[in-house]
Amino acid sequence: MLEIKNLKAGVEGTEILKGIDLIINAGEVHAIMGPNGSGKSTLAQVLAGRAAFEVAEGSVTYKGHDLLELAPEVRVREGLFLAFQYPVEIPGVNTTYFLRAAVNAVREHHGEAALNAVDFLKLMREKIELLQLDEALLKRSVNEGFSGGEKKRAEILQMALLNPTMAVLDETDSGLDIDALKVVANGVNTLKRADNAQLIITHYQRLLDYIVPDFVHVLYDGRIVKSGGKELALELEEKGYDWITNGELQTA
Amino acid sequence: MVAPANNAVDRLLAVLPTRGEGGASFAEMGFPTTRDEDWRFTSVAPIAELEFTAAEADAAAKLEGCIFSEIAGPQLVFVNGHFSNELSGVGELPEGMEIGNLASAAFKPCEAEDAFGALNAASFTDGSRVRVADGVCFETPIRVYYLSTGGDGATANIRNHITLGANSKATILESWTGADAAYFNNTITELSIGDNAQLEHVKFQDESTAAFHVAGLHATMGRDCRVAHHSIALGGRIARNNIRARLDGTGIEAVLNGLYLPRGKQLIDHHMVVDHLQPHCDSHEYFNGILDDHARAVFHGRIHVHKGADKTDAKQTNKNLLLSDNATVNTKPQLEIYADDVKCTHGATIGQMNAEQIFYLRARGLDEEAARRMIMHAFAGEIIARIGCPPAREELDRLVWDRLEDK
Repeated sequence: MLEIKNLKAGVEGTEILKGIDLIINAGEVHAIMGPNGSGKSTLAQVLAGRAAFEVAEGSVTYKGHDLLELAPEVRVREGLFLAFQYPVEIPGVNTTYFLRAAVNAVREHHGEAALNAVDFLKLMREKIELLQLDEALLKRSVNEGFSGGEKKRAEILQMALLNPTMAVLDETDSGLDIDALKVVANGVNTLKRADNAQLIITHYQRLLDYIVPDFVHVLYDGRIVKSGGKELALELEEKGYDWITNGELQTA
Repeated sequence: MVAPANNAVDRLLAVLPTRGEGGASFAEMGFPTTRDEDWRFTSVAPIAELEFTAAEADAAAKLEGCIFSEIAGPQLVFVNGHFSNELSGVGELPEGMEIGNLASAAFKPCEAEDAFGALNAASFTDGSRVRVADGVCFETPIRVYYLSTGGDGATANIRNHITLGANSKATILESWTGADAAYFNNTITELSIGDNAQLEHVKFQDESTAAFHVAGLHATMGRDCRVAHHSIALGGRIARNNIRARLDGTGIEAVLNGLYLPRGKQLIDHHMVVDHLQPHCDSHEYFNGILDDHARAVFHGRIHVHKGADKTDAKQTNKNLLLSDNATVNTKPQLEIYADDVKCTHGATIGQMNAEQIFYLRARGLDEEAARRMIMHAFAGEIIARIGCPPAREELDRLVWDRLEDK
């Protein structure tokens, strides 16, 4: 579904990703872990199409298309969704209005009729139950005045509404208390199917107690330095990132 | 031909009727210059250069295409500062309610704070007069239309007087529109709001972009009253709004809410002074502007919390969105606090379209143009949403949206 080959990217001439190789197939859940500054969020932003990051080398193929050629809105319409680490507040834009516009943009892309307000509300009610979100939030402006936990749950609500085939979650677990974490993890697990895939970017092993990955990759200094099964996450938790960092130093 | 600015006062007094000592007072003050602190960012030289004539009554004027036309109820119409009996209609009113024109009543204007105020006091021809007796709740919005059909230099001085008795309630919707010409409207509105009364006052200013509009709003408020003034400012080559609110009673809640959308070479200026004289009052100023082309905007908001006005809760926000590199905003939020126990905040932002917000919306499937429009609409919508009168709010929302789309 997603194939990243020798991806090198950076911002303002500073190289952050120094050659990433990664293949994700349908039905798989991948986790990327790594210390601060390893390039985790850059990878997420490059996949979503943030213009501030320049791709210097390499390729990303998504469902057979050159992903890097697609505009951000086309990527998400084609099913590649990013849950933001820091969801953006947009005062004055009503959340329900925004969500309906997003859902209808995706539907129109696939030649489906736009949902009217009534049908959309029905769809949304189903999804907010899953995420235990207060319906009152949906009458407020997008993310404005939401707590950290509410913002992250709202991201997963958007994911549930847009029904992506390739979801990238950028530190969705950061800053969540354990109850919120369980709700988010439950939401993500419910959305997992045989024909979609998830890439979970996280700083903490804790999330992986609730979302069980098929593969774990360790990102360090812009490269994937170690890959393995879910046991790698436990090993990381036990030994800390120093284990990887020191290993690097020894090799050097 | 451009008339010399230096004898503008004489030329004005030569063509306008004046009463009492007003003319002398205006002559003494003279037109303000940018050396006056209150006019630092707004030069009135283009007004002083007009070839003034007294705006005359126009029996051929029509109300067609005006805003709020779907709303039923009393309407007053002034054409070039003269009351139009033909176009106005008041209908049956409850006991204690008076709606009419000011010229037909005895009236003593409040003290003028500047030359425009003095000119208005000396030379006003007419304006609206609304009186709501104690305890009368008038739920139907009162619409007041000001039409200008005169040519370049046609000058009208308009004076409005609105009085709400204790425990009364009213909604007033004003509309200012005119022919495509460099006419000049100089207006003062006096609001006197009784104890525990409620007033919603909407001013929709959509003058010609060649015209000049100088307006003063002087509000005196009694205890526990609720006042909301909404200034939706779209028109005018230069449009200046002096808003003065005296909160001289306890428990007052005053909202000053404004939206300005200048483009081309327009300048829209809101200059506010809010005086908190008594404890336990709230005043909130919310002003958003969207500027394009070479447009300019000025926001001056001064909140003066006098000694003893404890438990004041005052908030001042001014946000500006610049769609062009050539647009300019001068914003000056100001707090002067002489009481001890108060909550006062102020903030101003001036910015381009927020790139983070646009990317976020695009990452949810909206194309760039739709994302920009959504943010722009939100910026205006935030202000319009505060208008309480539903039909007025909905119509203004549509109208502002159309205006933003029609670039």
